[in-house]
Amino acid sequence: MAEVKLEQMDNMQFDVLKEIGNIGAGNATTALSQMLAVKIDMKVPKVDLLEFKDMGDLMGGAENIVVGILLTLQGDIEGMMMFLLEKSSAQNIVRMLMGGMCSSDEEGSFSEMELSALQEIGNIIAGAYLSSLSTLTNLTITSSIPHMAIDMAGAILSVPAIEFGKISDRALLIETEFGEQETEVNGYFILIPTLDSYSQILTSLGL
Amino acid sequence: MGTMIKVGMADMNICLPPDSITTLGLGSCVGVVIYDPAKKISGMVHVMLPDSTKIKNNENIAKFADTGIDELVRRMIKAGASRAGLVAKIAGGAQMFAFNSNSEMLNVGGRNVEATKAKLSALRIRLLAEDTGLNYGRTIEFYPETGNLLIKSVGKPIKTI
Repeated sequence: MAEVKLEQMDNMQFDVLKEIGNIGAGNATTALSQMLAVKIDMKVPKVDLLEFKDMGDLMGGAENIVVGILLTLQGDIEGMMMFLLEKSSAQNIVRMLMGGMCSSDEEGSFSEMELSALQEIGNIIAGAYLSSLSTLTNLTITSSIPHMAIDMAGAILSVPAIEFGKISDRALLIETEFGEQETEVNGYFILIPTLDSYSQILTSLGL
Repeated sequence: MGTMIKVGMADMNICLPPDSITTLGLGSCVGVVIYDPAKKISGMVHVMLPDSTKIKNNENIAKFADTGIDELVRRMIKAGASRAGLVAKIAGGAQMFAFNSNSEMLNVGGRNVEATKAKLSALRIRLLAEDTGLNYGRTIEFYPETGNLLIKSVGKPIKTI
């Protein structure tokens, strides 16, 4: 099995992980775009080895309010998959899905129904991401039901950060930003495999 | 007005008046403030995990409740704080996502709070106040001049402990 040390990954390994982000997020973005019937662009995925203290700044500052949807992964690949949306983007998505209405304004909170819709979107697009990853690597991945939280980016990102804290002093994120200019749907997919799962992924792809 | 010193995740710092010290967006992590009320010397550490002895990779001592608090106290004494007079306030340790599995991931926030309290009591540092648990993030600001710890959360009024 490929030996993976977070602090000493080579370029080849980075490229493979980037490609995984590319394929997974590509499928997920397509799913989201079909569901909302709008065109959504995806940026080139980034693979970042981040210090914990810089992690909070990932989504426009630690205090920026975001919607986080988290699924835990089991099977051959273990870890977490996170889907982050800026709050305004989440409101736009709800508006598109529900025919122009969204009960939440700048300050307000989402209704039960809207929360449930967002959660389901998280479920579908995370499913698209994971199933393409599973097909590519020929590994079995099962995901939990989606868990959602709306809070400060720093607080939400602390959950995956803590998981990384157990194995390293830095966090390795495969992140893909997507966006649509007119309606402003911006967010991130973040795949957070455990260290063993990184080896699994790389081995399955012949590295 | 002094400047506001920022403490990141798994990070620590010392602060003297008129400056204040803050950490943004605490989730399951715990923000520990220790201060000497007489000399106004204060310090903050943002701990992520409860126990350094259970983890292999433990080079960053600010990451853990046990080693982080030890190191913070050491630095404060070096800065002139009196060991016997130290008191503490803590915040954070929330459970951000409502997992209903029994995995260990489940309640790292609660375990962080527990480990922090255990470490403080082992060092005989009195815990004056806390705002911990529940399911929301917190930004905290500490003012050594007054000893007030401000807690800001999304959609909630500012709390002072």
